[in-house]
Amino acid sequence: MTDSIIKIENVFKEYKVPDGKNVKALNDVSLEVSKNEFVCLVGPSGCGKTTLLNIVAGLEPFDSGKVTMHGEGIIGPGPERGVIFQQYALFPWMTVRKNIEYGMKFLRNANGSIRFDEKKKREIAEYYIKMVNLSGFEDSYPKALSGGMKQRVAIARAYAQSPEVLLMDEPFGALDAQTRAQLQEDLLHTWQEEKKTVLFITHDVDEAVLLATRVVILSARPGRIKEIVDIDLPYPRNQATKMDAEFIKYRNYIWDTVYKMFLEVRK
Amino acid sequence: MAAPHQRLEFLTEDQPQRKKVRRRLKDFSDGSKKVRLALNIGSILLGFLLWYLITLIPSINTFLASPKQVFAALLSESAANGRYFKDIWISLQRILIGFGLAFIASIPVAFLMGWYPRVRSIVEPWIQFFRTIPPIALIPLVILAMGLGEPPKYTIIFVAAFLVMVVTIYQGVKEVDKTLIKAAYTFGASDRDIFWDIMIPASFPFILVGARLGMAASLTTLIAAELTGTTFGLGARIQGAQQFMDTSIVLLGIITIGIIGFMLDKILLLIEKRLTRWK
Repeated sequence: MTDSIIKIENVFKEYKVPDGKNVKALNDVSLEVSKNEFVCLVGPSGCGKTTLLNIVAGLEPFDSGKVTMHGEGIIGPGPERGVIFQQYALFPWMTVRKNIEYGMKFLRNANGSIRFDEKKKREIAEYYIKMVNLSGFEDSYPKALSGGMKQRVAIARAYAQSPEVLLMDEPFGALDAQTRAQLQEDLLHTWQEEKKTVLFITHDVDEAVLLATRVVILSARPGRIKEIVDIDLPYPRNQATKMDAEFIKYRNYIWDTVYKMFLEVRK
Repeated sequence: MAAPHQRLEFLTEDQPQRKKVRRRLKDFSDGSKKVRLALNIGSILLGFLLWYLITLIPSINTFLASPKQVFAALLSESAANGRYFKDIWISLQRILIGFGLAFIASIPVAFLMGWYPRVRSIVEPWIQFFRTIPPIALIPLVILAMGLGEPPKYTIIFVAAFLVMVVTIYQGVKEVDKTLIKAAYTFGASDRDIFWDIMIPASFPFILVGARLGMAASLTTLIAAELTGTTFGLGARIQGAQQFMDTSIVLLGIITIGIIGFMLDKILLLIEKRLTRWK
């Protein structure tokens, strides 16, 4: 794996908490993510998963280390890295279509001109609305959608920007079990149809093993990489994959590791 | 172990309780539209009837005109040589100018306060302080400074509406969902884009709530401002009629103010519904 897109090198990050103490959120974290890899970050709560993702997204400063994309330092947020939030973050005053079109207005050609005109934006939005199975809801406002549908809009919105990297922060964490299962399959399907490099945070080990090509286990306080597990299961995967003996082996192993750390932190 | 039939009995006995809980929960909803409207109208009619009945007592009628007398006052005041519409127009003008200026001024101030912590620290103590003072208390000072014309009225209304609106809109700006701002940044939005595309529409509902509160404040302050130092306007009319013990005109003025306030609020409510359909 030489063609790494995202490179995180020796990143340290401390938080000041109100009572004056410093909490080490990330302690010497290094990670490389290659093109079209699907990397899941798992770990007990408080292990700095979200902090790490925000740092890659360019939304949060860090204390020391290096975070690069294609060898260039990530200095802030940018359209080449799409972010999907647990709380959907749809603009409630925009319809589904407008939400999906929104990000495209910031895309520029090499010469600085606007990349897509209104017609082209609409076409692209149309395409992704179909891809996430939301035809018929183009003109609905987010409030009229279920949680699962909202997250599908968010995924379509991120895809419409055609980012190289997708950063997903527990995107299915707020959904019920059935919707979550369905969205996992949809995401796998979408990802295979149009490959992206994905960094995906979850506390659900089953979800991580089902989706990922690699699972990165983070330890809590200080947050550091405990172990990286390559998931050697063939794609396409679906919910039935969870019955697979191999799947269960991976799942049990990672679950044990995470749970042990969780108990240690509790002590 | 209890026999099954005993359990069943217990359940049926329990029904009134369940129904009560259900009813209680339902009471918090608005009920059917028809029932609501019927009760509204019935209540108003009953009020008029009570009003009419107590004014049949002569000792009460000396200081409280009957509905009939108020209606007669309405006819004479709105006749060709009456001043009813002139009073209404002047009062409305004062509200709209004072409120309008306050509306225009409060939005940028509220946004600056929400966006820049330093501006907030500079402006907030003044707003908090002046908010505790009833704007009416400023009337003597404003009259001394500006005389008896229209500007002092605009000023008083402006102050009252501005303070209410700044505080409400600022709350809205502060409560804009931070995830939306983050999301916009990840698309590559600039600060300027964030302001126009996110902050403004996201705080729109608060702007409209602020406008309604500001409008209510304008109306209260207007009447107070008109009670002294002016000959026209609804407040002045009420004050003038009091001198002649003409309670029918006083009541007509009060009811008119109520109706104007109600209508202005309904207009703003309608705008709110139209513009924030996404909510």
